[in-house]
Amino acid sequence: MTDSFTVSSSGAERRRARIRAGLGRRHLFERIFRGLGVLAILIALALVGSLFWMVISKGYPAFTQANLETEVYFDPDIIKVDPPPQQQPGQSAADFRAQRLAWQRQVTMSNWNRVVEQAVRAAVPPGLEITAREATALVDAGERHRLRDIFVENPGLLGERLPFTMLASADVDNWLKGTIDRDLPDERQQLSPATRALADQLLESGAIQFKFAWHIFTNVDSRSAPASAGLAGGLVGSLYMMLVVVLLAVPIGVASAIYLEEFAPKNRLTDLIEVNINNLAAVPSIVFGLFGAAVFIKYIGLPLSAPIVGGLVLTLMTLPTIIIATRSSLRAVPPSLRQAALGLGASRTQMVFHHVLPVTLPGILTATIIGVAQALGETAPLLLIGMNAFVAAVPGTPFDQSTALPAQIYLWQGNENRNFFEARTSAAIMVLLTLMITMNAIAVLLRQRLERLK
Amino acid sequence: MTSLFRSSLQGVAAPPTALEAGDGYQTVRTPDPKAKPTRLSAHDVCVFYGDKQALENVSIDIPERSVSALIGPSGCGKSTFLRCLNRMNDTIEGARVTGEITLDGENLYSPQVDVVELRARIGMVFQKPNPFPKSIFENVAYGPKIHGLARSKSELEEIVVTSLKRAGLFEEVKDRLHAPGTGLSGGQQQRLCIARAIAVGPEVILMDEPCSALDPIATSIIEELIDELRENYTIIIVTHSMQQAARVSQKTAFFHLGKLIEEGPTERIFTNPRDKKTQDYITGRIG
Ligand SMILES: Nc1ncnc2c1ncn2[C@@H]1O[C@H](COP(=O)(O)OP(=O)(O)OP(=O)(O)O)[C@@H](O)[C@H]1O
Ligand SMILES: [Mg+2]
Repeated sequence: MTDSFTVSSSGAERRRARIRAGLGRRHLFERIFRGLGVLAILIALALVGSLFWMVISKGYPAFTQANLETEVYFDPDIIKVDPPPQQQPGQSAADFRAQRLAWQRQVTMSNWNRVVEQAVRAAVPPGLEITAREATALVDAGERHRLRDIFVENPGLLGERLPFTMLASADVDNWLKGTIDRDLPDERQQLSPATRALADQLLESGAIQFKFAWHIFTNVDSRSAPASAGLAGGLVGSLYMMLVVVLLAVPIGVASAIYLEEFAPKNRLTDLIEVNINNLAAVPSIVFGLFGAAVFIKYIGLPLSAPIVGGLVLTLMTLPTIIIATRSSLRAVPPSLRQAALGLGASRTQMVFHHVLPVTLPGILTATIIGVAQALGETAPLLLIGMNAFVAAVPGTPFDQSTALPAQIYLWQGNENRNFFEARTSAAIMVLLTLMITMNAIAVLLRQRLERLK
Repeated sequence: MTSLFRSSLQGVAAPPTALEAGDGYQTVRTPDPKAKPTRLSAHDVCVFYGDKQALENVSIDIPERSVSALIGPSGCGKSTFLRCLNRMNDTIEGARVTGEITLDGENLYSPQVDVVELRARIGMVFQKPNPFPKSIFENVAYGPKIHGLARSKSELEEIVVTSLKRAGLFEEVKDRLHAPGTGLSGGQQQRLCIARAIAVGPEVILMDEPCSALDPIATSIIEELIDELRENYTIIIVTHSMQQAARVSQKTAFFHLGKLIEEGPTERIFTNPRDKKTQDYITGRIG
């Protein structure tokens, strides 16, 4: 023992030999550990990669949809309506409105299916015989409402012909995209043989074209006209919920974190609060949904399926995340900075607001954005407060009935028209993921920007 | 030695009461006939971190407009004592101070004293330079701003410039007052911290090993600065360098294991220490 620490040359020799003997094992261990690390990263990447591949490969076809280029004839023989009422001098506004509504009802009563049928026939190559039902099955059921709305806006179209692009029906879209097995026997096909043949012919002739489906973003959900179903309701609903979360969870969370970390005395009570906040972070989100249904809807009486309730529930869920993250970034501020401020005679509040908060801002922002992004994707609590109801409207205010992106995904996933909605579900997931990735990217950018400013 | 140990062990079990205070040991004191009038005075100061006693019955008078040095081996409680003087110990979890410290006869620990005002009167410079992550100008301007010392922007600028000049930093940074203070060299940062402290116009400046992170040249600049500041300020400096204590201070206090062993005129302490432990320390045998 003493011998090996002498400075004699033989002692040094022996020491080096001993170190060298251990070197092989040490390097081996290091290599193994690094290898395991790389393996772990590869597995994680592979999982994330396959998730994205699955979602994108399934979802991207939904962003293009079959459209029929044709011509609409607003046939006066079908659309039998009086000329639209004009406001007479001396006529009251209420009277005029009533008159106008009556006229609109008259327009709606017209046989718009026939107009659609005529429009489809206009694109049918001569010599092909199809029935009226087979013709209307070609285009989406929502198109007749669209034509009617165009006519109401513009009654002068009566007797006119108009080049018009119609959305093909979901069944035709399936058939043309091959999402339904083409070899299935007739009785198991959704479309009659004539419509199927017609669709193929029209695609070949160029009358049917695949186009980018903007309406996914601008239309609301629809059951009767699945091809035109869109995410607008869910998007706006989720947006309102995010708004509520940002307006409530961020100030409340950051303020409580600052108070607990900087001002609160450290005693039993604050320990208890701390433990409970950590517990709250671990509570399953569905429990928050139950709480929301019991308190916000039943007790306070807020409306069912409203983004305000969703936002409140998600606020409860996000609060602990924001509090915990903010506290840990406050704790990371070096004590020397606090001492510098206090030593100059700054009060605690001045120390916090002038020095501590500015350096923790990037951390708080990142935590907040990630917390909000998490809330954006949360589904379980929404199911319990009625946000999975079918709502075909864009909410005007957070108090209106609405759906939300994740709830919309859940609804589409369960739609009976599997062939069509499978892709649509993935498309909705893509939109949701894009939103989240964007938010996280903003978090990273903001953080870098703020840190450079320092 | 053993008896001293026993008393400190008793201190761990139960902090000494006022009655027992002072009977553990006797500080060796050498009065200085040339000393200026007393400004700060500590009386029977004990500090506890939780159950652990870090300072035992420290009593000392600090004269005004002069430099007093606190020396002693690592962990003997120099920083702890310094922090008592502007109540920075208040900010430490579990720290407890007993005894009395007076500034111009007023007890710093009496409930009427506002720590914010107190720290404006007793400034502090830390061991590691700790400028705010803001511009040089804002670093110096911060104290005057929060205490409302400048009535106009030009007045504030004047305070900043004079403080930087006093700290001997102005010439080096006058072209980049708005560059970040953290971008300066270590020595410059420490002078910036000194400028920041004097911008508030304190009466007392506490310095905790202000040169320990600096090279000899930066150190000598700061030592000169301390020597100049002495004309207007009461300065208390903690240092590990005997030479530094000898060079800059007029009064020296030697701490050991939480006790104030000996205090007196610097010259006297270094040439003719009366306590054996002081002697051992300044000759390099302990510490
Ligand atoms: N925040 C704290 N909590 C608990 N104990 C502390 C704390 N600060 C200091 N102490 C203890 O108090 C004693 C004195 O510490 P102090 O920092 O005052 O020593 P010092 O003389 O400044 O030493 P150094 O020269 O190394 O800076 C030490 O035993 C130390 O461990
Ligand atoms: Mg110290």
